[in-house]
Amino acid sequence: MPNSPDTASLNLLLALYRKMLRIRRFEEAAYQNYQKGHIVGFCHLYIGQEAVAVGALSCLEDGDKVLTAYRDHGHALAMGLPANALMAELFGKRTGVSKGKGGSMHFFGREQGLLGGNGIVGSHVPVGVGVAFAQKYRQERNVTLVFFGDGAAQQGAVHEAMNLAGLWRLPILFIIENNRYGMGTSVERSSAIKDLCRRASGYNFSGLICNGMDVLDVREKVGAAAGLARERSTPALIEAKTYRYRGHSMSDPALYRTADEVEQYKHQDPILLLKSALIQAGTTDAQLGEIDNAAKAEAKEAVEYALNSPEPELEDLTADVYTQPWDRKLLPRIG
Amino acid sequence: MPLIEYREAVNQALAEEMARDERVFLMGEEVAEYQGAYKVSRGLLQRFGPRRVVDTPISETGFAGVGIGAALAGLKPVIEFMTWNFSLVAFDQLISNAAKTLYMSGGQFNVPVVFRGPGGAVKGLAAQHSQSLEAVYAHFPGLKVALPATGADAKGLLKTAIRGDDPVIFMESEALYGRKFEVPEGEHLVPFGQAEVVRSGADVTVIAISKQRHTAAAAADVLAREHSLEVDLIDPRTLRPFDIETVARSVAATHRAVIVEENWQWCGAGAQIAESIYQRCFDELDAPIARVASLNVPMPYNPKLELAVLPSVERVVAAVKEVAYR
Repeated sequence: MPNSPDTASLNLLLALYRKMLRIRRFEEAAYQNYQKGHIVGFCHLYIGQEAVAVGALSCLEDGDKVLTAYRDHGHALAMGLPANALMAELFGKRTGVSKGKGGSMHFFGREQGLLGGNGIVGSHVPVGVGVAFAQKYRQERNVTLVFFGDGAAQQGAVHEAMNLAGLWRLPILFIIENNRYGMGTSVERSSAIKDLCRRASGYNFSGLICNGMDVLDVREKVGAAAGLARERSTPALIEAKTYRYRGHSMSDPALYRTADEVEQYKHQDPILLLKSALIQAGTTDAQLGEIDNAAKAEAKEAVEYALNSPEPELEDLTADVYTQPWDRKLLPRIG
Repeated sequence: MPLIEYREAVNQALAEEMARDERVFLMGEEVAEYQGAYKVSRGLLQRFGPRRVVDTPISETGFAGVGIGAALAGLKPVIEFMTWNFSLVAFDQLISNAAKTLYMSGGQFNVPVVFRGPGGAVKGLAAQHSQSLEAVYAHFPGLKVALPATGADAKGLLKTAIRGDDPVIFMESEALYGRKFEVPEGEHLVPFGQAEVVRSGADVTVIAISKQRHTAAAAADVLAREHSLEVDLIDPRTLRPFDIETVARSVAATHRAVIVEENWQWCGAGAQIAESIYQRCFDELDAPIARVASLNVPMPYNPKLELAVLPSVERVVAAVKEVAYR
């Protein structure tokens, strides 16, 4: 059960609920449009994990930065990137956030502070340390949040990144979204320890667990750690125990786990959990239905927008390889 | 013009750019307290302090990623690899993140980071520490690759690299660090994509990369003296972008070309340069292009075998004579 609503105002609960539902409906629309062939390539859905991004990113302040891996739709929506431009990116359209050149795994939002969207497992974690390094270098009162999965936690890059953050006392939060499976390999089969957050002690900062199905627990733990990071430039590792309902990507039938297991997690669905708290706090079914209708309408509109958006022009192909278009004569034929 | 060591020219570029721009910092293994494994960063810690001259643990993936992240956040990092051989540990960062973020973010995030350090063959260092990796990095769209062969170019190209907005692979020559060159004092910028004609000659165009420029220059002396062949010697200075115009102009005049490169022959930079010449001026050529590259074996430790792997004055002389049908 979520914490009682006294810890946050009803408006906050409603805002968190709205964000989680927006992600859920967006992802369902993405799923449908993948089946229709409008979306291609790798597409990793966030369904089941909504509480992690929504809870953690509700703690952001102006100037904070975020990096995440390839399961990035939820983070982008939670940070306020427009659903239309995100769906258009999935459709590969010129109006997409990355102009149709990034796709599902490479959502970026300069204005919102989202620095990707990275498709190589664990690769963005050292980059996140660099962003926090810059924040400390400029003596900003900001924090960097780096999200990655239990699979990435086994990568060497993550070890190096956490050691540097601990060594240099950088304002960074490492948030492990432990959804129990790195693709088809369970965390029991990939990690020597059960609770990944215990690794923080090896880097001389604190590690803690939060219930990744409970948006308020995520918000509380991340909020406290973010406060310390801002005030004292202290890194932290937060392991959110969560679950994804769908396969690793669209092509994964998830045969490595039982239907019972998935059903059990659906009983602690992050959206249902918060919904019952809202009902206890006196929110009406009509109000909740309205929020859901708005989320569905947003997803539907995003699909329409994406469908009706133009393809990139072939002339766009060579833009943004470098910041300045080169004198053509100097180019080794891109051309 | 002052005569200073190549490493001092690199040091000048770093110091001048750090003084000029507060966003520039130097990070790497042994760059600060140790004063640089090759003494390139000597004095910088004392002058700029530990905030801007930052020692790292032996974590190439980690600190290469830090450089990229700091660049994404608006700083201008200079990341030193103790040698380019160790960059292979961080290869994913350089390729997956430095080279691609601008493109895959649809132009939202550029990555103004310079990765620099010594590279190339060095006597007695054997297979893992003695190799030329420029073709590997020049392969990737999104990266720029510079290979200064003189002190002046080391300074001028590094200053340009630091002021740029894109990721740069800056390959200094380990073997040249102690060699003295005339280097302009103060502001000296060398643009990328502009080759230097080192020596003019009417008979054969020789394109030589990095320190092989000096092998080629020595060969050109021999060729002029003993074979009456005048070499038009071109140092491209940057492999990406590559100044095909200067090369094509020369080949149109000499009708013959030899490429001298220290990387392996197979899929080496010279293969691309030759292809570009064939595309641009096939009809001008009076002979097939010849390449003098490293033999296709890992570098052996034994000095006799090592010498046999590398380009040499003798091999360059032979190649120039071959294309001149002498």
